[in-house]
Amino acid sequence: MKRALVLMRRIARAMLGLGDYEAYCRHMADHHAGAPVMTRAQFFRNRQDARYGGAGTGKCC
Amino acid sequence: MKQHGPWIALALAGLGALANLAVMRGENVNALWLVFAAVSCFLVAYRYYALYIAHVVLGIDGTRPTPAVRRADGLDYVATDRVVLFGHHFAAIAGAGPLVGPVLAAQMGYLPGTLWIVFGVVLAGAVQDFMVLFISMRRDGKSLGELVRLEMGNAAGTIALFGTFMIMVIVLAVLALIVVKALAESPWGLFTVAATVPLALFMGLYTRFVRPGRVGEVSILGLIGLFAAIVYGQQIAASPVWGPIFTLTPVQLCWVLIGYGAVASVLPVWLLLAPRDYLSTFLKIGAIAALAVGIAITAPPLRMPALTAFVAGNGPVWAGGLFPFLFITIACGAVSGFHALISSGTTPKLIATEDDAPMIGYGAMLMEAFVAIMALVGASIIDPGVYFAMNSPAAVVGTDPAHAAVAVSAMGFAVTPDTIAHVAREVGEKTIISRAGGAPTLAVGMAEIFSHLFGGAAMKAFWYHFAILFEALFILTAVDAGTRAGRFMLQDLIGLAVPSFRAGKGALPSLVCTGLCVAAWGFFLYQGVTDPMGGVNTLWPVFGISNQMLAAVALMLSSVVLFRMKQQRHAWVTLLPTAWLLICTVSAGVLKIASADPRVGFLAHAGKVKAALDRGELLGPAKSMAQMHQMLVNDRIDAGLCALFLAVVASVLVFAIRACFQAVAFDRPSVHEIPDTLVPAE
Repeated sequence: MKRALVLMRRIARAMLGLGDYEAYCRHMADHHAGAPVMTRAQFFRNRQDARYGGAGTGKCC
Repeated sequence: MKQHGPWIALALAGLGALANLAVMRGENVNALWLVFAAVSCFLVAYRYYALYIAHVVLGIDGTRPTPAVRRADGLDYVATDRVVLFGHHFAAIAGAGPLVGPVLAAQMGYLPGTLWIVFGVVLAGAVQDFMVLFISMRRDGKSLGELVRLEMGNAAGTIALFGTFMIMVIVLAVLALIVVKALAESPWGLFTVAATVPLALFMGLYTRFVRPGRVGEVSILGLIGLFAAIVYGQQIAASPVWGPIFTLTPVQLCWVLIGYGAVASVLPVWLLLAPRDYLSTFLKIGAIAALAVGIAITAPPLRMPALTAFVAGNGPVWAGGLFPFLFITIACGAVSGFHALISSGTTPKLIATEDDAPMIGYGAMLMEAFVAIMALVGASIIDPGVYFAMNSPAAVVGTDPAHAAVAVSAMGFAVTPDTIAHVAREVGEKTIISRAGGAPTLAVGMAEIFSHLFGGAAMKAFWYHFAILFEALFILTAVDAGTRAGRFMLQDLIGLAVPSFRAGKGALPSLVCTGLCVAAWGFFLYQGVTDPMGGVNTLWPVFGISNQMLAAVALMLSSVVLFRMKQQRHAWVTLLPTAWLLICTVSAGVLKIASADPRVGFLAHAGKVKAALDRGELLGPAKSMAQMHQMLVNDRIDAGLCALFLAVVASVLVFAIRACFQAVAFDRPSVHEIPDTLVPAE
């Protein structure tokens, strides 16, 4: 039940194109240990700007 | 046999249901037949055809590093669980298109639309989405324009980019037109949609400054606000003070939308676009799920006949015969070129392994076709008389129930003025006559289904406005996001000639390009709104032609890639749908330009208007000489646009054939894939 809820949450965030903060932190820990890591709020802003900042964001059908 | 037995049974059951639909006549064809037939065909197609393409044609290789693995950065390139990625991809491709096309196509009956959606998606639409995803996935997640440039040369790439921009303009105009059709003279509807602006601003500020990134809780607050707006909208509409303020004519609404598009697309994204996108995404997924559950539980009978007399091409909703016009009227849902942009957007950068590609690329498109089938059901369960009263131009059915009932009954769909007035009253609108564009019709169908589930007839008006709000909301999001995307494309295009115009080179180019983009779609929107035939009649076919041509371009790219992979013996997988789309779009394009029937051909219509002008007469619904001149100019521009699209697709075809011959002459594969041996980029 808990796992289903977590999955639903992840799907909902993916539908909004918000990225996965946990995956980002894991990536930074694995590959760039010691480098500065964005906070959750910074990550959110970064993803928001990335989603609507290019030519590939039009959706219609 | 044990393994295939159940699948064979399912295939036979699905085809049996389809055959049954084709021969069943009379009153009591249940909508579930249609849904069952479609779903079983989709499942079988996925199990056999998608996996055949994956393993035999493309040779997908689960061990080969995807862009998400090779270039992993935790941000744009992230290996994502396939169920989660399916949600992302589906939410990105599912928009207003699959809800509108099938509703318009219902004028020919439910059968032609159903067959085209089922066979179109299996053999063309899902193949296109999957192939483009595959191609982009093997090339670091490059976009469609870059892929065409890479595999077919610079010229082809530029032409494709230009074509894409023009399609974007038409899409935005036609989507905005649907909003105008749904909200004009509807204070309740306009109030609820207008209320989303302050709501979204509040949500934007909340997620930016109060609790950054907490989209879940803020979306719940937003949804509560939305429902409150629908509930209070009824009183606002009835209020002597507020009612008139929110009652706008189509032309006024058109200018409001153009102004809105210009302002919204230069605001920071976090303020208005992003939060409204959250609301519209949740509303969209929720409404689609509710519609599926509603149809399954209520099992409504289809009241539209399987085939109507309008198959021959004399229908009031859109002009033209079954071939080729059905195949461009239902674009999204069967095959949509626009998806090629999504499949080469964020999704290929998030895919964890090549093994996930069939489920994401092919599977999500099947899901979209399922949405299209539900839209077709929604339009087919309402009284056909009401359907034609709602979707015929005012020039044909007039504007009051008495005239509309006479005109629609004369079409062969008996309906009384009382029925038409009663439906309008039930959904809380002054009139439902001549509200073409799909959204209002689908809203009536959804209100019918939902009110059976919750609240009964008393809730119909609420559900109608809920459905209108849900469609208007994501169309507005698309207008806003599309204007931004169009602006970037335009900057890229102009940047080819004038490098200082490229994105990121100052505010002036981006403002200029935003202005150009809004002016371009605004022009076609205004033309559509003032069109005496209702606009949808003219613009939707142009949209369909352009969208299907983009699909043809994407499928030509896919064919070139198959030839370059030395897999040409399997290239029929893409050549077949390419050929069909070329036949449909080229004949539709030529007919729209040159057909002698003034209802179909732009030039024939222009000739008729010109002749009347020369005689000094007014024609049909035009009320002044200025309007006559306007009609003449519109016809010529629309004909020019069709010619332009034909030129784009013809030139890409030449480049594609050339690339295929080059690939055959070469003695080894000549694809531009990222080699599988390349070490991950760090």
